[in-house]
Amino acid sequence: MNQLLSVGVDGVIYSAWLFIAALGLTLIYGVMKIVNVTHGSFYAIGAYAAASITAAWLARGYPPMLSYAVLVLAAMLVAAPFAILIERAILRPLYARDEVVILLVTYALFLILEDVVKLVWGVNPYFIAEPYALLGSFQVAGMAYPTYNLILVAVALFFGLGLAWLLHSTRAGKLLLAVIHDPEVSRAMGINVGRYYLATFALGSLLAALAGAFTAPTVSVVPGLGVEVIVLSFAVVVIGGLGSLPGAAVGAVMVGLVRSLSVHYMPQVELFVIYFVMAAVLAVRPRGLFSLAEPRRI
Amino acid sequence: MRFMNRLAVALTAALAATAATGAMAQNVKIGIVAFISGPAAAPFGVPAKNAADFVIDELNAGKGPAPYNKKGFGGAALETVVVDEAGSTTTQVTEFRNLVQRHNVDLVIGYISSGNCLAIAPVAEELKKFTNFFDCGTPRIFEDAAYKYVFRTSPTATMDSVGAALYVKDAKPNIKSIAGLNQNYAWGQDSWGDFELAMKVLVPGIEVKTSQMPKLFAGQYNAEISALLGAKADVIHSSFWNGDLEALILQGGPRGLMKSSLTVLTTGETAMHKLGSQIPDGTVLGARGPFGPYAPDNRFNQWFSKGFEARFKSPPNYASYQMAQAILGVKLAWEKAQDAAGGKRPTNEQVGSALENMTFEGPGGTVRMAIGKGHQAIMETAYGTTKLVNGKLTLVDVKRYPAEKVNPPEGVKSADWIKSGFKQGN
Repeated sequence: MNQLLSVGVDGVIYSAWLFIAALGLTLIYGVMKIVNVTHGSFYAIGAYAAASITAAWLARGYPPMLSYAVLVLAAMLVAAPFAILIERAILRPLYARDEVVILLVTYALFLILEDVVKLVWGVNPYFIAEPYALLGSFQVAGMAYPTYNLILVAVALFFGLGLAWLLHSTRAGKLLLAVIHDPEVSRAMGINVGRYYLATFALGSLLAALAGAFTAPTVSVVPGLGVEVIVLSFAVVVIGGLGSLPGAAVGAVMVGLVRSLSVHYMPQVELFVIYFVMAAVLAVRPRGLFSLAEPRRI
Repeated sequence: MRFMNRLAVALTAALAATAATGAMAQNVKIGIVAFISGPAAAPFGVPAKNAADFVIDELNAGKGPAPYNKKGFGGAALETVVVDEAGSTTTQVTEFRNLVQRHNVDLVIGYISSGNCLAIAPVAEELKKFTNFFDCGTPRIFEDAAYKYVFRTSPTATMDSVGAALYVKDAKPNIKSIAGLNQNYAWGQDSWGDFELAMKVLVPGIEVKTSQMPKLFAGQYNAEISALLGAKADVIHSSFWNGDLEALILQGGPRGLMKSSLTVLTTGETAMHKLGSQIPDGTVLGARGPFGPYAPDNRFNQWFSKGFEARFKSPPNYASYQMAQAILGVKLAWEKAQDAAGGKRPTNEQVGSALENMTFEGPGGTVRMAIGKGHQAIMETAYGTTKLVNGKLTLVDVKRYPAEKVNPPEGVKSADWIKSGFKQGN
């Protein structure tokens, strides 16, 4: 029973992390139909910005409790200019091109940004362990879990519900849904589609940066950090259906729980189990669990 | 007449230029391969490259301690072509071919990843290029094949695993169970395989509670840590390295992992300088040999560690030591071969013959090319336990194990040697 509880807690924590990491990817695809490989770069930029600026904050003896706010602000402030610059200067002229061309451009940008990160932060690792341990621990099934993990779960819920509210309950969100459904008709109806694309790309990129910022206290922030997260994020959004918000949530929960089950009961298949779930889902639902019906165009 | 004078001057200048080019061609060109980017760069690749830069500059200036005080290799200056080890194994094979066939390097010193070493060894043999692996640990290289051109001047993972097993048996004589957390590829599998086997020989009937094998660079280990905490094993073994090792310490420390079981981190030394007090007291750290805090106080270590720290403002870690000893070993072999060839520049075959079965001293102590038909080094090893003293991480209860106690004899595979009860000779 205790082990099952652990499986559940570990699964939920991992799912929350995965969902935060994958959310921006699915948002950008949903609105702009761009498979955004720079997602991994923004994750890394967020982690580096958070780790370096928060470390400086703590080193100067400022209140440790405010380090959580510093994590968030640092990631957003550093990532935002990159996001705006990339959308306005590089992606916008390419929207008329094929999706594959834009995919390749984002891949090229990913490689460039990997080197930019190294130029700015070097290759030595950054650590900020304090925020992870600062809030103490809680006990489940006789095991200690840092309370920081609860923050991750709360942040995942906040992001997911907040985005759903934004899309379905605000005027801007409803206009964005119109843009998702048909950009051409939306433009004809007077919606500034370009502005929505910019806002979506910036928001999606900031979500990736925030995922990196929230991960930074638990890892060594080193070059190459963004590579692994792209692969996992793609697995999650493909399972749920590219562009689907509930799909990303369900995909993250499925991957998190299945991985946790395998770690606890069959560790020898852990490496393979995430991709097995993805293959199984795609065999039954080739466009993912929550793929939206495509309007037929004449 | 004036024309003839000018012609003579021009010819003299041309000859001088040719002579200078000839002298340039006498340089020894070394291909250096290490992770310059990616998660393994900071803990391994960059400290190793820094060590190469330091040692090569010192040798070129003739400032090495005797017998390394002759300029370069046998008087020939050293120059390097540095290759990033990041990328797939296929990329590394291509890069190796580039080093040999396009850059025309005289020899190659490199490789941290065991997977890369396994792939490069047959290619080095095919291209007949002297290659010295400086860091990778899998014992399979010389156990599954014999090579003429391939060497490794650092010990294998078997030494790390057997040393760790002996240490935890000493520290916990009543040990009844073990668990493992290792990366799922050649290095992690071999390390755990040897440790598990050694523990089964040392403590018959010992229980293996769980063996976790996450993907390399997975980064998130909450579930694995829970599984280990739930297993309640007496000892946890991990050969994690790079950012994975640091993530394990950062995530496992606050959850009390290292307090719940005696945890041995066979490559933990690389995290010492960076994480310091984040490593809980009572954690057992290895350095893959007598390197870093376990290095002997000899004149080679004084030269290397002081010079390295002065230049790079941080102490050398074990990857730095391994790179330094790889270059120094090849230098001695080169000069021995050159002497045997009557002062002529030695061939790759002559350098290889000179290095076979050689014994030399380096910053980590005595290196003996004693196994793998004289191509694989053995050394003593050491382990110690962390203790925070006045805010500084120190190592206590340090135990050293002679080379013969932690390495198989010549011609015996690691697994067979461990199964035999660590028998040396007949």
